[in-house]
Amino acid sequence: MGEMEQLRKEADSLKDQITAARKEVQDQTLQDAAAGITVVSRVQLKTRKTLRGHLAKIYAVHWSTDSKLCVSASQDGKLIVWDSYTTNKVNAIPLKSSWVMTCSYAPSGNLVACGGLDNMCSIYNLKGKDGNVKVMRELAAHTGYLSCCRFLSDSEIITSSGDCTCVLWDIETGTQKTVFAGHIGDCMSLGVSPDFKMFISGACDYTAKLWDIREGTCRQTFAGHESDINAIGFLPNGNGVITGSDDSTCKMYDIRADQELIAYQDSSIMCGVTSLAPSVSGRLILAGYDDFNCNIWDSLKAERVGVLAGHDNRVSCIGVTPDGMAACTGSWDSFLKIWN
Amino acid sequence: MSTTNNIAQARKLVEQLRIEAGIERIKVSKAAADLMNYCEQHARSDPLLVGVPASENPFKDKKPCIIL
Repeated sequence: MGEMEQLRKEADSLKDQITAARKEVQDQTLQDAAAGITVVSRVQLKTRKTLRGHLAKIYAVHWSTDSKLCVSASQDGKLIVWDSYTTNKVNAIPLKSSWVMTCSYAPSGNLVACGGLDNMCSIYNLKGKDGNVKVMRELAAHTGYLSCCRFLSDSEIITSSGDCTCVLWDIETGTQKTVFAGHIGDCMSLGVSPDFKMFISGACDYTAKLWDIREGTCRQTFAGHESDINAIGFLPNGNGVITGSDDSTCKMYDIRADQELIAYQDSSIMCGVTSLAPSVSGRLILAGYDDFNCNIWDSLKAERVGVLAGHDNRVSCIGVTPDGMAACTGSWDSFLKIWN
Repeated sequence: MSTTNNIAQARKLVEQLRIEAGIERIKVSKAAADLMNYCEQHARSDPLLVGVPASENPFKDKKPCIIL
C-alpha cells in the first residue's frame, strides 16, 4: 500500500473516531434540554437613529468598547467613526483603496483598522498629536482579500483572508507573528473569545475552526453547513460559537461538547446569512440576511421572535453594543440604523 | 507532478485530525444546562431582551417638557 493510500485510510479512520466520540457525549439535545422553558415574547425593536453619510454600500461596522462610538466601512472609500448617540461624524477617514470589506475598533479606542481587496490591513491612529487621522501601519503579506480583522490590543490584530489563512500581526513591527493555516476555502469571518485566548474562523470550505492564539494551533473543526460560512461569533459565555451561512441557516456549536447544538432555520428563508451578533445574555441572536431583513432568534428555542425591517437593500453587517443597549445594522443601501 | 506536496499535505491533515480526535468532550446535557443557566443569569441585564425604559435609553431623544 502506498503512503498516500495509508494516509487516506488513517484520515478516514480518525474522522470516524471523532464522529463516534461526539455521538458518545450526545446524551441529550439542546431542544430536549430547553423543552421546559418558554420562548421569549415577541421582540419589537425600533429604529432609534439612522446614520447617514456614506455614499455607497456599507460592508462592515464595529462598535467601540464605550458602546457609543462605532466605525463603519463603505465602498465609497471611507471609514466613518460615528457618535451613535448624536449621529455626528467624529472622523471621516479617506482610504487609499475603496474596496474595503472589513473594519475594526481597537478595545482602547485609540485605533481603527480596515482592509479588503487590497489584501492589506491598514491601521489608523485616531488619537494622533496634531488631530489628523493618519495611516499608522499597513500590514501586507496576505495573498488574498482581507475579509475580517479584530484587534486584540493596540499592538496585536488578527486578520482573516481569501488566501485561506488567518494571521496574528505585531502592529508595532508590521510583521506576521503567527499564520493560522488549515482552511481549504476563503476565510470569510473571525471572532475573538471573550478571554482573548482563542479565536474562531468561518470559511468557504463550509467549516468553522477554533484556534489557540498563543499555541498557533487549530483545536477543533466544526462542520455541518452546506455552503460558505459568512459570519461567525462567540456567545458571551465563551463556550458557544454561532455561524451564519449561504445555506440560509445559522448554527450554534458548543466548544466543550465539540458539536453542533442547534440550527436556526425556517423553510421560508431561502437566502444567505450575511452577518450575526448575539445579545448580551446570549438569549437572542440577531442575523442579517440577503433579503434585506434581519431576523431575531431565541437562541435556546430556535424560534424567530422578531424582525428588523427597514433597510432597502442587503443587511451586510450587524453589531450589538458591548453594554447590550442597542444593535446597529449596516446595509448596501448606504445607511446604518441603531435599534433597541 | 506534486506528489510530494500531496503527501506532505496528507501528513499534515492526519496530524491535525489526531489532535482534534484527542480532545476532551463534555456531555451535551452539561453544555446545554450551562448555556441555559448563563442566559437566565444575564437575562435581566439584557436590554434588547427586557426592554429599555425611555428615560434610560441613550438613543432616545429626550424631548423637553413644555408647561403650557
